[in-house]
Amino acid sequence: MLKVENLNVHYGAIHAIHGVSLEVHQGEIVSLIGANGAGKTTVLHTISGLKKATSGTVTLEGLDLFSIDPHKIVQHGMAHVPEGRRIFSEMTVMENLEMGAYIRKDKAGIDADLEKIFHYFPRLRERSKQLGGTLSGGEQQMLAIGRALMSQPKILLMDEPSMGLSPLLVKEIFHIIGQLNRDGMTILLVEQNAKMALSIANRAYVLETGNVVMSGNARELLEDDKVRKAYLGA
Amino acid sequence: MDGFVIFINQIINGIQVGSIYALVALGYTMVYGIVKLINFAHGDFIMVGAYVSLFSVPLLVRMGVPAWLCIVLALAACALLGVVTERVAYKPLRNAPRITALITAIAVSLLLENLCMLLFSSSSKPFPTVFNKSIFNLGGVQFNSITLITIVLSVISMILLQLFVKKTKMGKAMRAVSEDGGASILMGINSNTTISITFAIGSGLAAIAAVMYCSAYPQVNPYMGSMLGLKAFIAAVLGGIGIIPGAMLGGFVIGLVESLTKAYISSQLADAVVFGILIIVLLVKPTGILGKNIGEKV
Repeated sequence: MLKVENLNVHYGAIHAIHGVSLEVHQGEIVSLIGANGAGKTTVLHTISGLKKATSGTVTLEGLDLFSIDPHKIVQHGMAHVPEGRRIFSEMTVMENLEMGAYIRKDKAGIDADLEKIFHYFPRLRERSKQLGGTLSGGEQQMLAIGRALMSQPKILLMDEPSMGLSPLLVKEIFHIIGQLNRDGMTILLVEQNAKMALSIANRAYVLETGNVVMSGNARELLEDDKVRKAYLGA
Repeated sequence: MDGFVIFINQIINGIQVGSIYALVALGYTMVYGIVKLINFAHGDFIMVGAYVSLFSVPLLVRMGVPAWLCIVLALAACALLGVVTERVAYKPLRNAPRITALITAIAVSLLLENLCMLLFSSSSKPFPTVFNKSIFNLGGVQFNSITLITIVLSVISMILLQLFVKKTKMGKAMRAVSEDGGASILMGINSNTTISITFAIGSGLAAIAAVMYCSAYPQVNPYMGSMLGLKAFIAAVLGGIGIIPGAMLGGFVIGLVESLTKAYISSQLADAVVFGILIIVLLVKPTGILGKNIGEKV
């Protein structure tokens, strides 16, 4: 469904991503794990068009994403839950969700999806009139996910959904990610919390200083000695 | 009792000039909110709006349509000027350091002023009558129709703007881009379109202000926008730059302060007091009356 081939990204003279290739198939959860600064977020930003690649290709169901304007990507069924949530804190929860549905015009469909999101995240309904900035970290993460879902994506890119959350909330967020996937959502998940990310994913890629150093079945990676030593603290 | 009547008259004057400042301040604050740029050419958009009105009134009268329709022409011209200025001068610098864009804005301001001087000479031209001036008297308090129209038109513009920003999809997109441009792209919002619309609206408001200002002080010259623009900028900073209700509040406060200073202290000191307010705001609460005291987001 999503295919990244031989991606190179530079920040000025710094070569941040070295020929990364990865693939996400329909219905999968694929995790991209790695330490701080390994380039995980850069990969996601490049896929979404927020960062320009030096070379390489990204295709979504055969469509070359580098050939279209970044703001048009979401129309092709890919939504991005950015790192640090980046909800609109001066706008209400409801307005944030409306912004998620910015590209849509089907009023009835939008209302139905709003109901679906309130079903996933009942707390967002309670707080729908509150400003986004007044929500707790966990609620903001839920809002960020809900906002992305409002565009009716086929594939969801999620960047560090566990960041800054208590262990209990991390569990809750991952439970929802699993549920979304069982309901048919394809997910590319970037995480520092390698244990959670590997236990939920079908496949995973390990990123080290801009290179994919390992990839494969998530369960096997979870058992792998090198992965355990480097990322699972075992 | 006479003293009271004079006081009320000064308040009315203050609200009149304040509503003009507010309209202009909205342009500064909306543009700042979305591209983090103080558009120093904004004051000169007022001047352009004034010249467009000046030249269009005789044409309109000859065509047999009401002279006040010059507002529509000025609004269209200024909106277009705002959009073109952004596209040509500011857009290429969107990722440049802020100071570069600021200097460019000053350059655009000088360009407009000098271009205007070249085309129409630097001498002041009388502004034609757009609104019939009739005087009202309410219990000794006198005011004219221009005062009334200025206040009513400004308040209507501000209410419409507020409704647009709060209720419409485009208005919400504008707030979204202003808060987080990157996240807005992820929502599918075309920030270029949104920025153009912001410039169009802000500059259009300047055109309305231009006609109202020239109706009250019927003279047009190439530099008329700089002082008016500067005071409106102070109003925007006073209310909290980037905050739409702040610009309205700041405009009215500056208008009232100016009017009361002229009446009770000295008309020469009025400008000094207004600029003094800027200094005090920058010292005491740089984020403005409605601004939150938070560090800049990184």
